Amino acid sequence: MANSTAERLSRDEFFYGHKACAGCGGALAVRAALKELGQNAVSVLPAGCMSAVGFNFPQLCFSNNSIISTFAGTASMLTGIEAGLRARGYSDFTAVGFAGDGGTADIGIQALSGAIDRNDNIIYICYDNEAYMNTGIQKSGLTPFGARTTTTPAGANIHGNLRPKKNMFEIAAAHDIPYAATASIGYLPDFIRKVGKAAQIRGTKYIHVIAPCPTGWGIAPDETVEIAKEVVDCGLWYLAEYENGEFTLNHRPKDFSSVEAYLKRQGRFKHLDLSDIKTVIEARDRKWAFIEKNFSYS
Amino acid sequence: MKPYIREKKTFTAAEIPEATAFEAGYLVSVNSGWRSIRPVIDTGRCVGCEQCYLYCPDGVISVQNGKAVIDYDFCKGCGICAKIFRLGAIRTEAEHK
Repeated sequence: MANSTAERLSRDEFFYGHKACAGCGGALAVRAALKELGQNAVSVLPAGCMSAVGFNFPQLCFSNNSIISTFAGTASMLTGIEAGLRARGYSDFTAVGFAGDGGTADIGIQALSGAIDRNDNIIYICYDNEAYMNTGIQKSGLTPFGARTTTTPAGANIHGNLRPKKNMFEIAAAHDIPYAATASIGYLPDFIRKVGKAAQIRGTKYIHVIAPCPTGWGIAPDETVEIAKEVVDCGLWYLAEYENGEFTLNHRPKDFSSVEAYLKRQGRFKHLDLSDIKTVIEARDRKWAFIEKNFSYS
Repeated sequence: MKPYIREKKTFTAAEIPEATAFEAGYLVSVNSGWRSIRPVIDTGRCVGCEQCYLYCPDGVISVQNGKAVIDYDFCKGCGICAKIFRLGAIRTEAEHK
């Protein structure tokens, strides 16, 4: 029985023996992307889960060239690596960065914006687990409305995070970037296809992949992939691409699955009441009205 | 090729790199002690669809001769493989009985 996605990937493992929590969505995203890009990928990891679990001297879990950058400097280090290797005469490589949601939407957004502005030939992948998980679950700019974190606790009056998630995909697209995409590890073949497509495009590429965190989301380790699928199916996340100034939707769920069921199975949303859930559903419907109006669907 | 366990486990001060640079894929410890459950493959039911290989966050499943094989040195027992394959070729059992 052939698996067409498995067939196109390298059989080598480039991220192996790491110390990520069991069932880590971020680790799956990094592993899958590196298998698509192959041995000549040069990866940059800022402070965050994937650098913390991948580089514990002498336990070094990347078998391609990898380096830890400053928290804010993922994109600027990618720029330097790409320019340096090019200056030394190399052409057969891919400079790829893996930053978390905090390292992308809060701390690294300036460097990312600068790299897109210069149109450096790099791939920037944001694995979004919706909070600063590595340091113990603090709210980031990509934490969704209502989520309980240690800095947005849920009590009688305030029900977790008050602000919605920043729209990093459209922020990247607003730079008129050559290629941007959203993905989810629940739809892994779609994510892998987008990484492969990005590698063929010259200029800056941005891929935003939802990567659930069992520890921070309050789910069982074996539910990671399932919940990454459910967030797309219930409409709270969407799979799309931006290219040549056009937005394209890749997947339109026939009927949205229950938002309440998606929220209530996670510890971080357990406290939400009916009016909070209504707010989430209304925001989703507004977002989809925008998508229907502005995105083409093939 | 994948990172593999090396024999050498101690380093003298002179061997510790001064800059943040060291050999890629150098492993000195396993993750098997993390497991509370252990996935077991029923090779009779395995159809070689490679879904478990694809979705394993740790990359510990490989397909050899059309059947899935788990590297128990690095499997953390998350159970994603057992959930992703719905025909029941992978079952989970308690690590310590």
